Amino acid sequence: MKIEIITPDKSIYSGEIRSVRVPGRKGSFQVLKDHAPIISTLDAGPVVIADEQGAEVRFDITGGVIEVKKNMIILLADSVTRS
Amino acid sequence: MANLKAIRVRLSSVKSTRQITSAMKMVAAAKLRKAQDAIVQLRPYADKLNEIQSGLIAALRDTEVENVFAARTKGNGKVLLVVITSSKGLCGAFNANVIRETKRIMSEKYHEQFRKGDLAVMTVGKKAHDALRKLKCNLVEDHSDLYHGLTFDRVSALADKLMQLYISKEYDIVEIIYNQFKNAAVQKLTSEIYLPVNMTGTGSEKAAPADYIYEPDQVSIVSELLPMTLRIQIYRALLDSFAAEHGARMTAMHQATDNATDLIRDLTLQYNKARQASITNQLLEVVSGAEALKG
Repeated sequence: MKIEIITPDKSIYSGEIRSVRVPGRKGSFQVLKDHAPIISTLDAGPVVIADEQGAEVRFDITGGVIEVKKNMIILLADSVTRS
Repeated sequence: MANLKAIRVRLSSVKSTRQITSAMKMVAAAKLRKAQDAIVQLRPYADKLNEIQSGLIAALRDTEVENVFAARTKGNGKVLLVVITSSKGLCGAFNANVIRETKRIMSEKYHEQFRKGDLAVMTVGKKAHDALRKLKCNLVEDHSDLYHGLTFDRVSALADKLMQLYISKEYDIVEIIYNQFKNAAVQKLTSEIYLPVNMTGTGSEKAAPADYIYEPDQVSIVSELLPMTLRIQIYRALLDSFAAEHGARMTAMHQATDNATDLIRDLTLQYNKARQASITNQLLEVVSGAEALKG
């Protein structure tokens, strides 16, 4: 499963991951392999990625939108502060 | 025959001018590359956002979408022009073109509003500010300081302000005028309606596939993405103008350097001719002096 996190200024993260948890408008949710296609707006909050090795990578976003389609995740973040 | 000293002085002044213009050309080229990179960085974000947005708008074509950015039928008809130029000169007709277009729009498209004083101008870039101050138009704000570090956050603040002005019914139309970046040598003068937003779409968009899950729902996603799209639109305009400025300056300075080179060649020729003529003259004097003594 691939993810790309992009802000207007630059691309923040891209690569193969196991799962990602995002702060959805209707509550935080996790995307795993073969998730159904979804478009959701995001609130401010943490984006937590578990990468190939299972290591955790965490970003704080101020809002945005996510699209999941056929194991391809695109996360458009308004702005990101890494933590 | 021009005298030797005058030519020598002129020659050295042209040479130092050429040095300056060719240095400026190099600086502009380096800045252009950076500015272009910024546009390239923005593109994936802007394209994806547009894709999601237009897909949703197409899917919602038959639904009435409430939104604060839609066109108003009953308004005060006030117009705000956002004019984007550079803050520095020496870039050919770059700024003059924008200013000419602004004046044309004022006197043709929005003539009525201009006459009634219902037209305001917001400028980004010192050149627009200086040129438009002389006209009897209502200059509301100047955002030339945006050029010191053109980041998305700072541009967003401007976009938010424009949206606020529209929502609070201060203005009914917001139009931006700027140079679009085509390539280093070509800029495309562009004026586009920023607000109100065209919610019907062009009709050619592919509707978003129905098997998606939408959270919270299609209508709220569209209205939530709109402000972001508007921010991106103005950020893109500014980045375009910034890159176009450096492109224009590079071309202008390239031409100036070429002209200086031509001038130096002509002056050197003239100088050598004058030098030879004066030597010939001196020789003639010596020879004819000797001849006279012999006689």
